[in-house]
Formats: sequence, C-alpha cells, structure tokens
Amino acid sequence: MRVEITVNGQPHSAEVESRLLLAHFLRDVLSLTGTHVGCDTSSCGACTVLLDGVAVKSCTVLAAQADGCAVTTIEGLAGPDGLSPVQEGFRQCHGLQCGYCTPGMVMAATALLSERPDPSEQEIRDGLKGNMCRCTGYQMIVESVQWAAANGGAR
Amino acid sequence: MIPAGFSYVRAGSVQEALDELARHGGAARLLAGGHSLLPAMKLRRAEPGVLVDIGRLGELSYVRVDGDRIAVGALTSHRTLERDPLVAEHVPLLAAAACRIGDPQVRNRGTIGGSLAHADPAADLAAAVLALDGVLVARGPSGVREIPAREFFTGPRRSALAADEMLTEIRLPAAGGLPYAFEKFSRRALDWAVVGVAVQSRPGGGAAVALIGMGPTPLRATAVEEALAAGTPAAEAAGLASRGCEPPDNVVASSAYRAHLAEVLVGRALTAL
Repeated sequence: MRVEITVNGQPHSAEVESRLLLAHFLRDVLSLTGTHVGCDTSSCGACTVLLDGVAVKSCTVLAAQADGCAVTTIEGLAGPDGLSPVQEGFRQCHGLQCGYCTPGMVMAATALLSERPDPSEQEIRDGLKGNMCRCTGYQMIVESVQWAAANGGAR
Repeated sequence: MIPAGFSYVRAGSVQEALDELARHGGAARLLAGGHSLLPAMKLRRAEPGVLVDIGRLGELSYVRVDGDRIAVGALTSHRTLERDPLVAEHVPLLAAAACRIGDPQVRNRGTIGGSLAHADPAADLAAAVLALDGVLVARGPSGVREIPAREFFTGPRRSALAADEMLTEIRLPAAGGLPYAFEKFSRRALDWAVVGVAVQSRPGGGAAVALIGMGPTPLRATAVEEALAAGTPAAEAAGLASRGCEPPDNVVASSAYRAHLAEVLVGRALTAL
C-alpha cells in the first residue's frame, strides 16, 4: 500500500507492506535511525516520536496508521539556531550516559513540556513513566527536563 | 518483531467497518488504538487476515450526558477519559482507572472500546465499567444491542461480541458525588495489574466492588458487596475479597498471593471511600 507521511516537515511517499511498523518506516525506509527500537513491546519508550504532536511509541503504530499524518522525530528537533531546549537540557545536565534511550526521552519530554510548560518534579516523573533508562537512575534526566522548562520549553 | 501479513482497510464510517467485518467473517479484526492488538500480532498470538482500521472514526470519540447516564464513545482515548470534565463530574472512577493505564504514550493511543473488546482479565477500565454497572452498546448487521458489563466478559480475551459486531458506546449510570476508589498492584510502574480493584459507592448505601487479575474475566466481588450491604465493617468485608474467585497461578504471581493481594487492595479501597 502507499503511505504519505510528513516527517520533520518533509513530505514522504512510499509503497510499504501493510504490516510495516512506523519505527521501521522511519529507520529502514527513510534512514532516520535516531528513533531507536529497544524492547519492541511498547514498554521502553526508546522509539517515541510525535504523531500529529502527540507522543506515541512507534513500535506499536503501523505506518499505515500514520498515513496522511505529520511525524516529528529526534532529527527534527534542532533548528538553525542549534539544539532544542530539551536537547540542550540533556547536554547541560548530563541526562544521558549510553544514549540509547535518549531520543525517546527527549521526544517524551518535549511532548510533556508542550502540554505542561512548568511541570513539577512529580509531573516530569509521571510524564516519563513510559521511558526506561538503564544508565542514569533518572535523576539527571528529571533535572534535564527542569532545565529545559526554564530555558525555552518544548520549542 | 513483525506481525504476520494482513490486508489493511481503513473504514470511513461505522457502516463501512461493519460491512468489512461481514465480508471477511472471522478473519477480520477491528484496529482502534492498536495497543492491545498490535502487540499480540507482533507476538503472533493474533494473526488476523484483515485489519479494519477504525481509528479515524472521530464520531466515536466523545463523552456526553444522556439523561441520567454518561455516554462514552468507543474510540475515546484513555488520555481523554483522564481529563474530560464530564467524566470527572459524573463518573470519576473511570478517570481514576484510566490514568493508571500503562504510560502517557499508551494512553494517547489506547481507547476504551478497544480495551473492553480485547477483554483482558486484568484491564483497568474493565474494573471501572463493571463497578459502575456500565452497559456496552454493540452494533452489528441486525442492529444495535445493549450488553450489560456483567455479561460482556466471557473468558480470557473473550467477550459476548459477535465477530460481525463492533462496540460503539459505553453507557454509565451517573455517579457524581458518590465515593469511589481504584487500587492496583503492579510489579513495575507500567505493568498490567497483578490484581486491581474498583469500588463505587451506591446512592442507597453499599458499594459495587470489581476485581481484575482474579479470574478468567474481570469480575464482581459479590461476597464483599453482600457483606457491605448487610452492614459488615469494611475491614471484615475485605477479607471475603477472594471468595468464589479462581485467580490464575502463573509466573507473575501465585493464586495464593493474588488472593492475599485482593484482600489487601479491597481493604485499602474500602478504607479510602
């Protein structure tokens, strides 16, 4: 089947199998490998992207379901003036170690801040409940999101 | 993990979805948010030949007051239930259960109709809908019928829905202002409940108590309800939580542990009222 999906502002059209998952469409068809597949069971959140502005786990969405929609991946966050505030927050506050979960963390945090520009620590922890990190113990990730909230938010 | 191959059809209306179900017999499955069905397909526990995507039927996503009941469209997302002002006012137990499902990404995609139709014995919303004495509205080739929640769940991931029917609405008696509680125990933050309980106080006294993870279907703890109605103190009534239940005994938890959890969680829920 043919799908037309706008990714990071760029329209894409491709002939795909109906069973193709959005995560694989991004990685294998568009070569946007910033979206990571971790658990592949909609648990770990590494594959989180924004689908029409809403955070979803792209390992549990068919490319067919995203037909006609707009997707934002980690590659779409940085602008001409550099990293997005959330990306910069992770850099400033050492919100990553191995980096595998980071794209999903950053996308989930971006979605959180677009809904709640000034979240409490508990709201950050609840907002990132669907994203697992095995390196940092989460404390620095929470601090990264707090940094982002104070320095430009979801932009 | 990749699902087995299937044909994909996007329905433009409820009637189109029903036509597709009728055309393909039992080979077709409805795809709503996909957060129960797609994981099952990736594990090859489900291999439908046809997926009928109803995810864009916006007319099935709503919450409205319908006389003394609240009508919830089958495609209403968990995220919407969490935040909807009518849900908060009239059936807050539903919001209390919805906000405990999975995580934000899952709640963005998952729908109440999809969750109920999947009929998992540990589904949070099933407990809430059972405790609220909800009615599920199914549409099929021969028209519309109402199925009481207590008759809807027939086995693990089995329901009273026929293969050519779809859930369109959930009707819940308004329970605004009445005490309620939702408790569940999970091994990790975003896991399914090992055991969960939803309690809804009744206008005339007593309470409805629904359990998940305590049998092949979500179920009502009738022994607890009868004890409460007879004036038994909550702590004592909670001790009857596992009576008549046959909780599963598996790698997640033993049946004895589940029975213990049920008593503790029902006790907490009744105390919280």
